[in-house]
Amino acid sequence: MLTNRSIKVVKKEMSLLERAYLPAIFSGMLITLKHIFMRKATIKYPEQVRPIAPVYRGQHVLKRDEAGAERCTACGLCAVACPAEAITMTAAERQKGEENLYREEKYASKYEINMLRCIFCGLCEEACPKEAIFLTDRIVPSTFKRNEFVYGKDKLVEPIDHRVDVSIRQTPEVLEFKHDKHHKHNRTFLDKQLKQSSHH
Amino acid sequence: MDPILFKAILVVAVFIVTLLVALYATFGERKIAAVMQDRVGPNRAGPFGLLQPLADGIKMFMKQELIPSVSNKWLFIIGPCIAMLTALMTGVVIPWGGNLELFGQTYSLQITDLNIGILYLFGVVSLGVYGIMIGGWASNNKFSLLGAIRASSQMISYEIAMGLAIIALVMSTGTLSLKEIVMQQDAGIANIVYQPLGFLIFLICAFAETNRAPFDLPECETELIGGYHTEYSSLKLGFFLFAEYINMFISSAVIVSFYFGGYNFPFQHELGLDGNALTLIQTGVFFAKIFFFVFFFMWVRWTIPRFRYDQLMHLGWKVLLPLALINIFGTGIVMWWMGKI
Repeated sequence: MLTNRSIKVVKKEMSLLERAYLPAIFSGMLITLKHIFMRKATIKYPEQVRPIAPVYRGQHVLKRDEAGAERCTACGLCAVACPAEAITMTAAERQKGEENLYREEKYASKYEINMLRCIFCGLCEEACPKEAIFLTDRIVPSTFKRNEFVYGKDKLVEPIDHRVDVSIRQTPEVLEFKHDKHHKHNRTFLDKQLKQSSHH
Repeated sequence: MDPILFKAILVVAVFIVTLLVALYATFGERKIAAVMQDRVGPNRAGPFGLLQPLADGIKMFMKQELIPSVSNKWLFIIGPCIAMLTALMTGVVIPWGGNLELFGQTYSLQITDLNIGILYLFGVVSLGVYGIMIGGWASNNKFSLLGAIRASSQMISYEIAMGLAIIALVMSTGTLSLKEIVMQQDAGIANIVYQPLGFLIFLICAFAETNRAPFDLPECETELIGGYHTEYSSLKLGFFLFAEYINMFISSAVIVSFYFGGYNFPFQHELGLDGNALTLIQTGVFFAKIFFFVFFFMWVRWTIPRFRYDQLMHLGWKVLLPLALINIFGTGIVMWWMGKI
């Protein structure tokens, strides 16, 4: 009564037609019949893929630089930043003759992300001072064994001849979020936008 | 060809067709459920998912076969066998078509034209409850027993109304043979015109007899975790589930034969076709009608929620039974008024 929203319930006697239920059943069956011809909500997954947001955070990639050397220096900031504690790594010193493989004197000899632990928050990407780890628009495929979800360097580091484009995710908003990032490859999207706006 | 050989071939053909239809009814059920819920349904096994029943069957085969150690082993095995047997036995008296003329001889597309076909049908249908009852009892499980008790009391209750609905039909047709009932509808007027109320009662009771929604209380998952087949696994569970689909197919065939002219269709004699071609078309038409009713069974299942048990008994005893009695009297009065008795 305080809100004046109470509704008085009336227990109405059902008429004979209502008690026969057949008209109600008939109208219900018309509804289900109508639904047969309606558009289906299903997306037939492997053939059809649902469009994902440009900032979608999927499977990680460990980037190489322009010359093809691994950027990661095994500083461990990503592992520290990770709230799910999904990242482990082992650091090693670069030997003579490995300059083309690793960018700096220290590198990760082992780098593992447990995809079952990972919550895809993107804090590793934000923490990385070397522009080495990025989240991509790729979906982590499912497998039958738990161990197969622990991704090592074989799955994380991008192949030299098959680079992973991470610029799609780097929208102006994301770049703003990571404003201390000033490496060139991280800015390709921004540069493109700047170019377009200067054309206009 | 020897008439007995032809009968043997016909028996095997009806057996195979019944199983095949039931097999694809499981697939149809899933597809229809899906499209009514705005989904797509099984579409992965084979083109359009057409091999799905095969995959389901293989899955059923591969499952571990469990027999509870506290159950009565033989009764436990006999239960699903009876369910399957009685489901398949009913196909014998249904006229699947007219006469075929092969090598100068005439063969009827009905396995046997019993002059008490309807009685036979009801006898076999009421035997069906034994499969469920024995299966539920032998499981030695509370849920199974509850489901079995529900099933038997439900089937017995609805058989009465069903039988009374049929009595009115027998009064107006004057025969117990299914072949003759179908032949009488040759003229183009189906029995539903004479027996609309009887048809409605029969249809509702057919739903109850086949344990289909909204009368699927014996096997409701939410209350009885499957009812009488809770303890069953592997192929024996498959038998129970399969028997339901066979029952659905046979019930549809019976409904069509009784009330919708069987294999007859309007203006069939104006087509100017000779015997065999007409017979084959008639059989096709008969199956089309059956498939419509199988679809109808599924359509109802995915529309109407389940009854409460007291509502079920109320409907059976206090609504359908009096209605069936009124129908008998009404039929009698109309027949007397028309001067038929």
